[in-house]
Amino acid sequence: MADIEKGEAKETGQRAVLKITDMDPKFKYEISKIHGAEKVMLCFQCGTCTADCPIARFSDFYRPRKLVRMTQLGLKNRLLSNDVIWLCSTCFTCIDHCPQDVGVANIVRALRNLSVKEGDMPVVFKELASNILKTGYAYMIPELRLKKREEQGLPTLPKANLESVEKLFNITGFSKTLEKGRT
Amino acid sequence: MPELKYLLFMGCVVPYRISSYEISTRKVFDKLGVELVEMPEYNCCGLPLDPVNHDVMLTLAARNLCLAEQQNLNIMALCNGCFGTLNHVNKELKEDRKLKEKVNGYLKEIGMEFKGTITVKHLIHVLAEDIGFEKIKDNVQKPLTQLRVAQHTGCHVVRPGKIVGFNDPENPTTLKNLIKVTGAKCLDYMDETECCGAPIIGVNAEIPLQLAREKLDHVRAVGAQVLITVCPFCHMMYDLNQPRIERTFNEQFGIPILHYPQLLGLAMGFSPAELALEQLRVDASKILKPD
Repeated sequence: MADIEKGEAKETGQRAVLKITDMDPKFKYEISKIHGAEKVMLCFQCGTCTADCPIARFSDFYRPRKLVRMTQLGLKNRLLSNDVIWLCSTCFTCIDHCPQDVGVANIVRALRNLSVKEGDMPVVFKELASNILKTGYAYMIPELRLKKREEQGLPTLPKANLESVEKLFNITGFSKTLEKGRT
Repeated sequence: MPELKYLLFMGCVVPYRISSYEISTRKVFDKLGVELVEMPEYNCCGLPLDPVNHDVMLTLAARNLCLAEQQNLNIMALCNGCFGTLNHVNKELKEDRKLKEKVNGYLKEIGMEFKGTITVKHLIHVLAEDIGFEKIKDNVQKPLTQLRVAQHTGCHVVRPGKIVGFNDPENPTTLKNLIKVTGAKCLDYMDETECCGAPIIGVNAEIPLQLAREKLDHVRAVGAQVLITVCPFCHMMYDLNQPRIERTFNEQFGIPILHYPQLLGLAMGFSPAELALEQLRVDASKILKPD
């Protein structure tokens, strides 16, 4: 995760040798309990997702088919610590094209969520989360821009209910995750 | 009294740096007799946090939906991402009782409850389905017959197809038809449905820039003078980042990127200034020359 901390996820290759001790046979069940990723076992590795993936076209490492196979094999540690899972642009082409209705992008999301829970997250998401907590918006909208709205005849931007946002962060356990990332 | 009324869900990117989309939308919708109501106390749709915590996304989205339910108004989103998220969560919560119970359990903490009484639309759905092509056509005063245009519909407004259920995601035609109503010629080009790549630019900039470069290249190849978008994220990728793409790949594009309401607004007789065309990064003045 060191590279991710710098805000740049580098693409890294995989070791070619696969050891049976690296596999966690329960991992696929863990993933299939996550909302949207229930059908992970249905993937028969046709490769349509990778063939149609816009990111895979320009990346030497991002291969959605491979991520699903690795999930089925239970290569948990290798998956969760690999920066490559952060490259999905969530265009959902893989979801629409999958003949088995596997929901590949949802599986990638499940992998990311787990990776965050067990490790850390790319720095950009910490910024987005912190902005939402502070303002309700994903970006810090500069004061100048808010003033300019008036000049442009636009209505004042509504103020978010920050108390509610914070409560939602707390109750979903996300505050704790953020807290952990800081230590 | 306007017949059509929506809660305007502006999201974050539009007020952050794409005001031209908001300004042109308000002008055009006002003229078309549609009332856009400000959404009080809204927060981010939730999408940016889905990769790190699915539940936090669900609850942020559900809170916005509850706000709309309180106003008893349907939502109109300007951003593909906001639309995709709010619509998806709205439909899932309406259909999945268990999920609804879970999310309502969270929402109880802030004194809210999801009931499932409203619908979520994107600007192009409202234009094409609710306002209708006939009415738009009646408002076109200066048909843009000299203009050759390409369109980028984007992903979340049509995908996942099963959930959105609007347009064929492999060949989305609504934006094309909306462009034709303005009198402009809408050109087909290679890989029209390809993603802009913007969602990962904070993690890896190289890939999105290559994707955007390819898009601009394909748009140029068919001789389009302008590219039309309906999402602030896609727009940012092609407009704000266009100089960066040109520097990175040592190429010259100079393709203006207009929000659809800007194009429609021009055809409806608004001045370029009224539609905030000067706020675009890539100079659009060359397409404004009189016929």
